[in-house]
Amino acid sequence: MDQKTLDTKEIKTAPTPEPPSQAATKLVVSSSPHFLNNESVPKIMHNVVTALLPATAASVYFFGWRALLLIIVCVASCLLTEYAFQKKRNKPIKIYDGSAIITGMLLAMTLPAGFPIFGAVLGSVFAIGVGKQLFGGLGFNIFNPALLGRAFLMATYPVLTTTWVWPRTMEKAVDAVTAATPLAMAKFEGKLDVPLMDMILGNTAGSLGETSAIAIILGGLYLRYKGYINWKLPLGYLGTIAAFSAIFWLSDPTKYPSPLFHLFAGGAMLGAWFMVTDMVTSPVTSLGQWIFVIVAGILAVVIRLFGGLPEGVMYSILFMNAFVPLLNKHTRPKVFGEARAQKV
Amino acid sequence: MGHKTFSRGVHPSYYKELTSGKRVEAATLPKTVTIPLQQHAGAPCEPLVKKGDIVQEGQKIGDVKAFVSAPVHASISGKVKDIELAQHPGGFRSLSVIIEGDGTEKHWGPTGAPVDLSVLSGEAIRESVRDAGIVGMGGAAFPTSVKLAPPKGKAIEAVVLNGCECEPYLTADHRIMLEEPEKVVWGLRALMKATGASKGFIGIEENKPDAIEALRKAIGSSSDIQIIVLEAKYPQGAEKMLIVAALGRKVPVGKLPLDVGVVVNNVGTAAAIYEALNWGKPLIERIVTISGNGVKEPRNLKVRVGTSFEEVLSQCGGLVEGGEVEVLNGGPMMGIAQPTLAVPVIKGTSGITVIAASVIKSSVYDACIRCASCVSACPMGLMPYKLGDFGKNFRTADFKDWDGVSCIECGCCSYVCPAKRPLLQWIRLGKLKVRLEAQKAAAAK
Ligand code: SF4
Ligand code: SF4
Repeated sequence: MDQKTLDTKEIKTAPTPEPPSQAATKLVVSSSPHFLNNESVPKIMHNVVTALLPATAASVYFFGWRALLLIIVCVASCLLTEYAFQKKRNKPIKIYDGSAIITGMLLAMTLPAGFPIFGAVLGSVFAIGVGKQLFGGLGFNIFNPALLGRAFLMATYPVLTTTWVWPRTMEKAVDAVTAATPLAMAKFEGKLDVPLMDMILGNTAGSLGETSAIAIILGGLYLRYKGYINWKLPLGYLGTIAAFSAIFWLSDPTKYPSPLFHLFAGGAMLGAWFMVTDMVTSPVTSLGQWIFVIVAGILAVVIRLFGGLPEGVMYSILFMNAFVPLLNKHTRPKVFGEARAQKV
Repeated sequence: MGHKTFSRGVHPSYYKELTSGKRVEAATLPKTVTIPLQQHAGAPCEPLVKKGDIVQEGQKIGDVKAFVSAPVHASISGKVKDIELAQHPGGFRSLSVIIEGDGTEKHWGPTGAPVDLSVLSGEAIRESVRDAGIVGMGGAAFPTSVKLAPPKGKAIEAVVLNGCECEPYLTADHRIMLEEPEKVVWGLRALMKATGASKGFIGIEENKPDAIEALRKAIGSSSDIQIIVLEAKYPQGAEKMLIVAALGRKVPVGKLPLDVGVVVNNVGTAAAIYEALNWGKPLIERIVTISGNGVKEPRNLKVRVGTSFEEVLSQCGGLVEGGEVEVLNGGPMMGIAQPTLAVPVIKGTSGITVIAASVIKSSVYDACIRCASCVSACPMGLMPYKLGDFGKNFRTADFKDWDGVSCIECGCCSYVCPAKRPLLQWIRLGKLKVRLEAQKAAAAK
């Protein structure tokens, strides 16, 4: 910014009737506007961290201290990786802006409670290193770093990333070692009768943040209240999932799970409130946002029902991330007073 | 809520309470004034006086033949001390007439009953308006007489008075509407007569209920003028935003309000027209709001054109001591920062806003996080984050392709950006580059 600070001798003009103290006041010249609101990138990021706290607390409640350990490890490795990259590239150290904390928390949220610590570190390094810093750091990344980290772990540890454990709160005497998520049960066992209430509260097997819908919605509402997310994104995504899955459910309720099941199972809530809404990797225009959430919502359901994996939220969002620059370019709003239709 | 408005825009903190309750007071008569010969958009005036001449308050001291221009007048009686280049609040240097006052003051006031508008011809009104040097007093300072003379074939249906005053801090227009509603209404009728418009509108933001009330009373039961209450939102006072909010008409890209049959004028301009036609008083004085967190006693003052900022500020307790301040000609969203206090108040100075350190922008900014705030704030429907990058990196073709030239420089985008990116500053660069290239292309032909 060409903000020039002029020293006092330049502002002294004709002899002034004012007391000499005025000479101590410096005139600054910058271009308009001279007035900015009090938002900042760290403020937004720290609010997202706050919004993730209920989900964090819920994961600790359901999965015990092991969950907390995973979260701490992920956050710490994300911060360290960020620091190392910024240091190495002689960039200003901005690890306190909160964005790496979010990536760490979100990555942990996508892992099962029993996930090995070393794997968590690896995933974090990949998320920040490859997912964010190699693109140029915050704001330049195309993909959501946490999701990219999770996808990387999925490829590296296909078994461990899907080795779920039952929450502490569930008394499963039999088969206590590995558990199946409601989505996996629906997909591979045709079991559609997981109590909805358990899924809403979080009393099911799954990754740390996949379980308690209530805690996530609470955080999401907090962000909405603060004005950091647009209704369109989470509700459009969830709405599409519900509407699209309803088509199948209505055609054969014994074969396909209900829309409510889809909404509360797996990562739909976490994805809708914290990943679809990631500012950097979602479109900025209204139309672009609609396209983004609708296509991603349909994809998520298609993968869940017909893909080889039980969960499709992660890939649906990552896939759409890739199209964001294109969406932004081709869905520009109509310029005020422009007769032409939208430019394509 | 529920009031008419335009799409997008921002809701800054207004801080109007600092001065909105304060009556307009006369500033002390300045000993010297510096009157720039260019106080309007268009061709600068030629001086009509020379060094050593004795001038009377209200005497025309500069004029030019060009169509888009307005004469300037002496704001005090005295002797022409010099005619020289002086710093102008628009950020450049302008030839200016410097007058040393003799300490006398002329009394301006009614010379009889208010002039009967029905006997005046549109042409006569237009001439008096030009003669009095009246320009848009909201800040842009476009010569009013030019607006009143639309090109052939373009009929004007409505005159809209702009009483939005959407800039934070400023209350000059608010006070005019409140204290002199009759002048405003009379001036509006004169404008309607001059343009042949049958309808008059006054757009006011809903946060000035007392002004709305005062104008309602002044209009009485007449049906030719309608008050339109608008949502308090920035930039509601931008011409295009005002017209779409008040009348639902969108001025097409690259066109003027008169292309949709509308002329917009500031409420202060209307009051000045009243004084010109009834009192024979040219535009030598205006109401200025002096406010901001960097000035000790914010006030609304009636200031003679040509009075230095320094002198005006000293009547408001002076600047806060120590630290850094920005002294602006205008409000904080669009005002121009002054490198010195030795600049004169001009016809377009609606306010002197002083922003102190705590609010001054820092010069560091973060990477764009594509939060979409700027896109949802831009009243013109542009993509400021992209335009900023194009402007900054001199990608002029892309800048044009993304409609950068449509930017009205309202500053909403920079205002909302959490990364504190100086978007508008970069967009200005982009616009400049487009202009330069167009000039080059024209010269090559
Ligand atoms: S407001 Fe700033 S951070 Fe947000 S999209 Fe615009 S330029 Fe980027
Ligand atoms: S791009 Fe121009 S018109 Fe749009 S918000 Fe920024 S300054 Fe205002």
